[in-house]
Amino acid sequence: MSKYKMHLLVCGGTGCRASASDAIVENLKKELNNQGLDESVQVIMTGCFGFCEKGPIVKVVPDNTFYTEVKPSDAKDLVEEHIIKGRKVERLLYKDPVKKVTVSDEEGMSFYKKQLRIALRNCGFINPENIEEYIARDGYMAIGQILSENTPEEVIEIIKASGLRGRGGAGFPTGLKWQLTRQTKSDQKYVVCNADEGDPGAFMDRSILEGDPHSVLEAMAICGYSIGADTGLIYIRAEYPLAISRLLTAIGQAREFGLLGKNILGSGFDFDIELKYGAGAFVCGEETALIHSMEGKRGEPSLKPPFPSVEGYLKKPTNVNNVETLANIPAIILKGHKWFSSIGTEKSKGTKVFALAGKINNVGLIEVPMGTTLREVIYEIGGGIKDGKKFKAVQTGGPSGGCLTEAHLDVPIDYENLLAAGSMMGSGGMIIMDEDNCMVSIAKYFLDFSVEESCGKCSPCRIGNKRLYELLDRITQGKAEFDDLARLKNLSEVIKDTSLCGLGQSSPNPVLSTLQYFREEYEAHIIDHKCPAGECKALMVYSILEEHCVGCTACARACPVGAISGERKLVHSIDQSICIKCGACFDKCKFDAVLVQ
Amino acid sequence: MSSVKIELRKDQVDKIRQIAKTFKNDPGELINVLHKCQGEFGYLPAEVQEVVADELKMSVAKVYGVVTFYSFFSMIPTGRYPISICTGTACYVRGAEKVLAEFKKQLNIEVGTSSPDGKFSLSCLRCVGACGLAPVVLVGDKTFGRVSPDGVKDILKEFEEM
Repeated sequence: MSKYKMHLLVCGGTGCRASASDAIVENLKKELNNQGLDESVQVIMTGCFGFCEKGPIVKVVPDNTFYTEVKPSDAKDLVEEHIIKGRKVERLLYKDPVKKVTVSDEEGMSFYKKQLRIALRNCGFINPENIEEYIARDGYMAIGQILSENTPEEVIEIIKASGLRGRGGAGFPTGLKWQLTRQTKSDQKYVVCNADEGDPGAFMDRSILEGDPHSVLEAMAICGYSIGADTGLIYIRAEYPLAISRLLTAIGQAREFGLLGKNILGSGFDFDIELKYGAGAFVCGEETALIHSMEGKRGEPSLKPPFPSVEGYLKKPTNVNNVETLANIPAIILKGHKWFSSIGTEKSKGTKVFALAGKINNVGLIEVPMGTTLREVIYEIGGGIKDGKKFKAVQTGGPSGGCLTEAHLDVPIDYENLLAAGSMMGSGGMIIMDEDNCMVSIAKYFLDFSVEESCGKCSPCRIGNKRLYELLDRITQGKAEFDDLARLKNLSEVIKDTSLCGLGQSSPNPVLSTLQYFREEYEAHIIDHKCPAGECKALMVYSILEEHCVGCTACARACPVGAISGERKLVHSIDQSICIKCGACFDKCKFDAVLVQ
Repeated sequence: MSSVKIELRKDQVDKIRQIAKTFKNDPGELINVLHKCQGEFGYLPAEVQEVVADELKMSVAKVYGVVTFYSFFSMIPTGRYPISICTGTACYVRGAEKVLAEFKKQLNIEVGTSSPDGKFSLSCLRCVGACGLAPVVLVGDKTFGRVSPDGVKDILKEFEEM
């Protein structure tokens, strides 16, 4: 890298690529070429910077200027102004919405100030398609170190002492999992990386694989050495084409460098990695279901025990870890377990990556120490609620999690606290909702998801979730009775207690948490037939304001069911028994004479 | 799931056989074989599944069971421009349902079906991970971000002229 005086890092994450970041790279290269600067300035497409709201992002190194919302047409200015004349392009700098000042580097941005990046340490810094850049940032040092200095047992002790817990959702201690797999005697063992990120609204695993694939490969090799496995498998969603291609490139390069394959670094340790493709099934995030899917079968979970550490892929002991969990491993080995366990809370060590999305100003991928409060995440890093609206709830843990309210904003985030509050860590999706979101509809949305994704093997999940969905649907239609609230609660508890796997055991959580914290909203739907957030269509009533109506007949002509009557130039009226609440009249009226309640 | 009755040509059957062979006709590779076949044919009609079952020495029921289990596999042909609306949570809270309703209205088709001329097909998917651009719509490989119901017409127009 040294022959270049300057580097232009362009975000190549899926979000920024959707906003034409590859065209930015192309144009920058062209401009540099025109100016004869292609020998001294390098353009690198990196992984995700995290600040997706303001993408595409271009960062200039070494002066660390952070440009936001860059368009391909800005390439000329970036080269002519910044690189040749040494002047920052003001209009592309980030403007702090609160302090109203321009900020030119990440350190000065509230989005980055409270973050601590361990799993995401290389995302946005290196070219993920070049192994040398990973090595330049201490990549493959950890595997080198343990192969020459540590026994497998010692490595497991380091991971155990670090306090690292599974980042895929349940938070099982990673070191203990490795130990259990090590203890099982077998001629063949497997290391599996669970990259089946199915939680809608969470994209941290994909960003790590796209931005820093080698860290995952290195960690898998470390795990293989520790548990006594020579084969690693990455189970990845077919919906992630970019992550797949970067992984394949990374595996090829690691083999070329002798960091995967036979006799790694002359140590006598063999380890190689293959990809296995998912085909779109949320339940495959569950480890037994994932293993069945890798074997080419329907991804249905099976009863544990036997745990995969005893009987997993092809009936051999298998250690399954999630992407983010693995990405922490090389850092723990290099910096020591004491460093890692000094970060976080008593029982949750290290950091957690969250995908911040929904009605929030700064949508993006963030990594914070465990114990950071929701308020810090939402208001400081996230920049508050979009369009100055009022915060209503934050949903964590995806379809298995729950909704938390204003009252929970000062809770330090860790596994135990989120569980105690009726939600869960999950894989780290964090969806912010404002006053316009109906909590009954949100619960219904997640149940719709669970119904569709239930594999159907056990009846509490297959039938129970369907009935829960129907009850919720009745409430949003205004056709429910008061006793339905008790039914919802009962049924939810039965499903949680009796389902076979994690999907069913957690699918009623969105219902239970909203029922607990937003009961008055459920009651308003049932008793008053009103949706306080104004989201449930069936509960809206369209009527005509007599004093505004001029009798133009536009609404009557727009109505698809003929529910509106009235003579020309006379006041019209809507027959509520015919109205299907499509809103066509509201859209057509030029005189604000149609009222929605 | 309904399926259109088709007849495979000999070269198509050979293609499936060839795909199965690259995976050593291993039943454990069924999902990979199906991915390749869908890449080849665009969808997985019953006739393709029969050949796959035969090649991997397993029952058609097992193959069908796997095809219908995973949402990525389809037994219905997709349109030339397949439209996928992201209905992940981030897109949902930012109004993906209204965008979906507009697509249904404009195209006059339901989710999981194609327009009569075979030009467009409509489907939903869960999170493409571009949550900063929510609501997101994919048409083929092209991503459209921050789509509003009013913007649906313009997206369709872009492809109708092609």
